[in-house]
Amino acid sequence: MAAAGPAATDLEVVRGKRAALFFATVVIVLGLPLWWKTTETYRAPLPYSEISGLNSLKLRLMVPVTVVFTQESVPLDDQEKLPFTVVHEREIPLKYKLKIKCRFQKAYRRALDHEEAALSLGNIQEAETMLAEPSEQAEGSLTVYVISERSSLLPQDMMSYIGPKRMAVVRGIMHREAFNIIGRRIIQVAQAMSLTEDVLAAALADHLPEDKWSSDKRRPLKSSLGYEITFSLLNPDPKSHDVHWDIEGAVRRHVQPFLSALSVAGNFSVDSQILYYAVLGVNPRFDSASSSYYLAAHSLPHVINPVESRLGSSAASLYPVLNFLLYVPELAHSPLYIQDKDGAPVATNAFHSPRWGGIMVYNVDPKAYNGSQLPVSVEVDMVRVMEVFLAQLRLLFGIAQPQLPPKCLFFGPKSEGIMTWELDRLLWARSVENLATATTTLTSLAQLLGKISNIVIKDDVASEVYRAVAAVQKAAEELSSGHLASAFAASQEAVTSSERAFFDPSLLHLLYFPDDQKFAIYIPLFLPMAVPILLSLFKIFLETRKSWKKPEKID
Amino acid sequence: MAAAVRLVLLVLLLLGPGVWGQAEPPRDSLREELVITPLPSGDVAATFQFRTRWDSELQREGVSHYRLFPKALGQLISKYSLRELHLSLTQGFWRTRYWGTPFLQAPSGAELWAWFQDSVTDVDESWKELSNVLSGIFCASLNFIDSTNTVTPTASFKPLGLANGTDHSFLRYAVLPREVVCTENLTPWKKLLPCSSKAGLSVLLKADRLFHTSYHSQAVHIRPVCRNARCTSVSWELRQTLSVVFDAFITGQGKKDWSLFRMFSRTLTEPCPLASESRVYVDITSSGQDNETLEVYPPPLTTYQDVILGTRKTYAVYDLLDAAVVSTSRSLNVQLKWKRPPENGYIHYQPAQDRMQPHLLEMLIQLPANSITKVSIQFERALLKWTEYTPDPNHGFYVSPSVLSALVPSVVAAKPGDWEESPLFNSLFPVSDGSSYFVRLYTEPLLVSLPTPDFSMPYNVVCLTCTVVAVCYGSFYNLLTRTFQIEEPRKGGLVKRLANLIRRARGVPPL
Repeated sequence: MAAAGPAATDLEVVRGKRAALFFATVVIVLGLPLWWKTTETYRAPLPYSEISGLNSLKLRLMVPVTVVFTQESVPLDDQEKLPFTVVHEREIPLKYKLKIKCRFQKAYRRALDHEEAALSLGNIQEAETMLAEPSEQAEGSLTVYVISERSSLLPQDMMSYIGPKRMAVVRGIMHREAFNIIGRRIIQVAQAMSLTEDVLAAALADHLPEDKWSSDKRRPLKSSLGYEITFSLLNPDPKSHDVHWDIEGAVRRHVQPFLSALSVAGNFSVDSQILYYAVLGVNPRFDSASSSYYLAAHSLPHVINPVESRLGSSAASLYPVLNFLLYVPELAHSPLYIQDKDGAPVATNAFHSPRWGGIMVYNVDPKAYNGSQLPVSVEVDMVRVMEVFLAQLRLLFGIAQPQLPPKCLFFGPKSEGIMTWELDRLLWARSVENLATATTTLTSLAQLLGKISNIVIKDDVASEVYRAVAAVQKAAEELSSGHLASAFAASQEAVTSSERAFFDPSLLHLLYFPDDQKFAIYIPLFLPMAVPILLSLFKIFLETRKSWKKPEKID
Repeated sequence: MAAAVRLVLLVLLLLGPGVWGQAEPPRDSLREELVITPLPSGDVAATFQFRTRWDSELQREGVSHYRLFPKALGQLISKYSLRELHLSLTQGFWRTRYWGTPFLQAPSGAELWAWFQDSVTDVDESWKELSNVLSGIFCASLNFIDSTNTVTPTASFKPLGLANGTDHSFLRYAVLPREVVCTENLTPWKKLLPCSSKAGLSVLLKADRLFHTSYHSQAVHIRPVCRNARCTSVSWELRQTLSVVFDAFITGQGKKDWSLFRMFSRTLTEPCPLASESRVYVDITSSGQDNETLEVYPPPLTTYQDVILGTRKTYAVYDLLDAAVVSTSRSLNVQLKWKRPPENGYIHYQPAQDRMQPHLLEMLIQLPANSITKVSIQFERALLKWTEYTPDPNHGFYVSPSVLSALVPSVVAAKPGDWEESPLFNSLFPVSDGSSYFVRLYTEPLLVSLPTPDFSMPYNVVCLTCTVVAVCYGSFYNLLTRTFQIEEPRKGGLVKRLANLIRRARGVPPL
């Protein structure tokens, strides 16, 4: 009995040890992974490295320029060398992580017969229509015709001509270094017609650090898939003025041609309304010298806010709204003029607010009050009004006045109010802006997801991110190969996908389930389970170490 | 930042000289009207109606130009292909027993119903978007309308306007009884008026007075109507109505006198120059009937007599060209009698699906005269999921009010007049002949208190379960891993030693 007792106890002790070890193994091998797996937040894999790669993206904007030489534009031996290709590349210095390079790829060739015939005409407009006929040029590309030094196509004092389509004419020269000299002239013209530093700086204005001219650059609307244009006639005094405007006809005649030319850059919708008893937020001052009222430049910022509450938000779409207000001042405050900073009345009697729209004050002709009783019937001269609004519209879309090289002949836009190459320039700017926006959105999304591990990343969010990254890369590629239209489309897709991923509501589901609460719930289970296991493991560890130290004693 | 920039005008080759010389008649018109009715209880009801009619096809695509019709609602109609839209926001309950029959009643809270065009493919999706947009326009919580409180009635809520074919799958109806109506809902409603609140009758719409009333109901009704007598083309009609009941008796210290200024703290000064008609009607029926005399000041130039809601009534009419400051008025009595024989009934019942759709019970009953009809519904209280409770669950849950739409035989036969010419308050509901009139009444919403659980329960359950598991597990673990053996007691513990110490001090032999 005495011998059996300790043996049985030893056996018991060993069994107890084994049981404890088994418990520990089950908990560690089965329990922990099971718990981990069931409480894990689902996070689909994202292309983090590619997103960080986008930050150091190098954009190379290629402008394909076809240079066509007529006979007698350059010396004969130079003509023998044609055709060949010259590349002119230049980095655009901007304080931005995106490195942008401009690349003019000039393909020199000789003129074809019909081009030769067209350029020998006496009138530049006729020549242009003849040249434009055969085929439409791709977006973003330019064609420069080099004509003879003594050609009468241009007036004698003019060195170059920029047309409304993607076409320009440059005078050639009979010189040993003809190609170099002409090349410089071509670059000057091509830059005026496509990419300049200003255009890109304006496009990236939101991403660039503030500087002295940045407020001017922030005037254009941000890039969007579509825009809503609202014309509002404000009549604060319907008792005295019965105002009619033929907005339907004016939109059809003046605005629609401009917008249909711009339709590549987005969808546009136009509507109009008349608001009665809508007043400006500022009381105009009386100027006794001219017996008129005026709004000073510094009070203009306060004009908009009270009016805006009446304008009404657009219920039907999410696109940004551009407001154009025509204000007919009340009888007690007319005539009303807007003064600029120096106190001189503004010629157009209009001003605009960046990214918001424009306001024009339309004074009723004082002769109308004579003899007739109130209300006076007022017909608005829509041509005058639309001239101002269209000019403001151009500014708000960031279509600046072109900077022409010296001695350049330039007629201005045709009836639709915009030149084809201006549209190209807008597309270049919008593509770059879209790329910068998409890159910023993706980078901040990746940062956010990296920082907060509680966010669920669903598969559809991940696929939007992949799509956005692919679209950014595709847009950059298309830009560097000079396909402007497809680059613009890809950049729009990049912005849409990246914003859809960033604003997906599923990202917020578990965001407010903090760690301390999670552990407060688990501790009543984990603590009582873990303490015995850990203690017995520790005890087993101590005993084993003791038995290793004195192995012979057990024997 | 606005900045005056001297615009460099481009020389735009604008085509044509502009054909803006033609003076075409305006294609939209505005009529506004205020009816003041002294109620039997001594209260005063004021009903505003603003009606904008627009002879235009709103459904077409492309450019749209608005004059009197508000742009926000016009865009809504064309975007969601609406045929009719009726939205009412109401605070309080119209007490028919004391106040008589209303021109237009609405249930407490928010009520929205809309008919969509046949071209809409996904009505539910459009309905959802529509309620969200409307909640933005009117600053109301209409975005809480979802499938759980939307029904498709099959017998009631026929289109009020011009309609060819009524396929009820294009109708949606929802009520939010919980919605509280306040100034923030009135301001956007006022902004839709062409004269805003600067001229005409809308001057009286001062929020602090309008919400200091026993009943406040504002509504927007949009529907297509006939443009001319032969109905060859369609116009759109927007009616904005606002009914308030002032407790004139109590605020007037026992006198039933009232004036516009006392009610609205404003007077009418000028007509809205855009309105083609702007009138104030004051109910003076009782002046001729009983011995009760009343005097309205200034004396009305014209009176209007007609059969309104089954009784002959006399109204003093003030065209707003005379600034009218009205002073005294007395009460009148409106009675309802049902005298038509019973007909076959119609019962439509659509049972609820939990968390999908509510119950819908529609009955078409002919009520005998001088009878009481009770409709009772048994229901069970159920526990909701714990996330479905509102932040204040002890407040209770609302059951939407019932609707009673009735065609009541008229006491006096009305002469069938020109619908377009009759005053607005009498022409909202289409009536086939003069022998009966249409009334829609709502009951009060029902507040049901459901069993509310203890909301810390989930955490308590988790903790308790964990503790039970841990205790069971602990004893199980001990049983399996410990070895048990009997041990001889050794020298004794601290207690024994202490006892021995005391024993020694006492001189007793130790244990």
